[in-house]
Amino acid sequence: MLRELKERLAAGASAEDVVYSLFEKIKKSKLNAYNNLSEDSALAWAREFDDAPWSGLLAGVPIAIKSCISTSGIETNCSSRILEGYVPPYDAHVIERLKQEGAIIVGKTNMDEFAMGTSTETSYFGTTRNPWDTERVPGGSSGGSAAAVAAGEAPCALGSDTGGSIRCPASFCGIVGLKPTYGLVSRYGLVSYANSLEQIGPLTLNVEDAALVMEVIAGHDPRDSTSVKSEVGYLSGLDGGVEGLVCGVPKEYFGEGVDPKVEKSVWDAISKLEDLGASWKEVSLPHTKYALAAYYIIAMSEASSNLARFDGLRYGLRFGADKDWHTTFSEIRAAGFGPEVKRRILLGTYALSAGYYGRYYLKALKVRTLIKQDFERALSAGGADVLVTPTMPFPAFKIGERIEDPLSLYMADVFTVPINLAGVPAISVPCGFADGLPIGLQIIGRHFDEIGVLRTAKAYEDSTPHHETVPKEVV
Amino acid sequence: MITGEDVDHIGWLASIKVAEEEKEGFVALFNSVLDYFHQLDELDTEDVEPTYRVVDLTNVFREDVVTESISQEESLRNAPRRENGYFKSPRIV
Repeated sequence: MLRELKERLAAGASAEDVVYSLFEKIKKSKLNAYNNLSEDSALAWAREFDDAPWSGLLAGVPIAIKSCISTSGIETNCSSRILEGYVPPYDAHVIERLKQEGAIIVGKTNMDEFAMGTSTETSYFGTTRNPWDTERVPGGSSGGSAAAVAAGEAPCALGSDTGGSIRCPASFCGIVGLKPTYGLVSRYGLVSYANSLEQIGPLTLNVEDAALVMEVIAGHDPRDSTSVKSEVGYLSGLDGGVEGLVCGVPKEYFGEGVDPKVEKSVWDAISKLEDLGASWKEVSLPHTKYALAAYYIIAMSEASSNLARFDGLRYGLRFGADKDWHTTFSEIRAAGFGPEVKRRILLGTYALSAGYYGRYYLKALKVRTLIKQDFERALSAGGADVLVTPTMPFPAFKIGERIEDPLSLYMADVFTVPINLAGVPAISVPCGFADGLPIGLQIIGRHFDEIGVLRTAKAYEDSTPHHETVPKEVV
Repeated sequence: MITGEDVDHIGWLASIKVAEEEKEGFVALFNSVLDYFHQLDELDTEDVEPTYRVVDLTNVFREDVVTESISQEESLRNAPRRENGYFKSPRIV
């Protein structure tokens, strides 16, 4: 779809018209996909483009950015009260890259507060609604980015994925979402939640668009010490097909707890890949049942450290007369963080506190090794080339259905968190519907084999109509 | 078992004041989440190395040269309280 938009712009269509009509649509929308818009700068850029079109992979293309990715001059509040009004003085690496390739930033999208959630319900600014059924959640934590793309309020978006935060909302909103290999996309300028797990990635309407955005945002950046040098042509590797490809089907990702309609759609997708020349075989990821506990221990521990910086001193919420240092900051943080963020910081603090480090954090890091080895074995030479699973065990749930029971909400991440622990790439692509709600197929690859993942997804998408079905307009 | 007193202590460590009305909920939730975490005890990890990061990278160095940075004014722009070009903090002593 981005290709068509670029062709229209190249043929003389007005970028200003494109951007203007997006804002018209966003302002009428009841989805609450955006926290704030950058209307003036977007329209100014579009007019400049129309006057003297520039070149670039995303020349004149509007894009929505998750609110945890820093944008110079545009409020970046992570959907938290403690960062309300915060305007970064610099751009994240991915934003620099988008600008270099000519993209136009339209606004910052709603999310779970500091990316902690699976439903976008923990946002301080109210939940985003799912465009397929506005009584349901869009998934999370990049729910605003996914809903905006699914509803045509942005042609593409960036999200971040710590334990499924790109793939879950892509699945619930019926679009494509890619979590790249850890280290492939610079995290410079991403507000950290759990830095050893998270990556920035694209949310798009089809696989080719995801490859195009990856072409722009991937690449080495010395300001992120975990950034890896890699030069890969995501677009050029897209059309190889799946002839001879071996798809591993991990048996732990099916059965109890998985909606039968989701299972059926995923098996239909596996049959489709078989029709296209791939083969499949059952594989085992034996430590899958320990992934959630390991993930949450690591994520909460890292969160307790990363979020220590929010104290209302250099930026963010500050109120009342100053008391002593500790009391002042404790009161600001109590008022500025929402319930889920407090839970995770407090639990993480406990897990890292004297006497418990070995029992929780270190134990979880060791289990992480076992989970990583599971993937290495399943995806080793002579094993499977990619793994194929459901992205989420069920379609989008109702707003309010799970938020009161945090542990049940954590369980929803069962098929997405192991991927972040292992650091491998994974994509979610639409693979059908259950009672009118989209279902996502997850394709997982070896470290830095984004091409294999994208190519498999593209071959599947080319032979199925699911990605072409769009939600009826929500106004 | 986590108690209300533990929650107060954790809150102090985390610099988050825990309100009385929140405490009971935290105690119940923390105990059930920690219970869930304890399933990791089933695994023998005695000889397993921890994975701190999934990508094999060690010490990334750069030359120690001064590069361009944001201005003092820019740095202070988001500070809710400032004075004479400084961030204004509560009293420390």
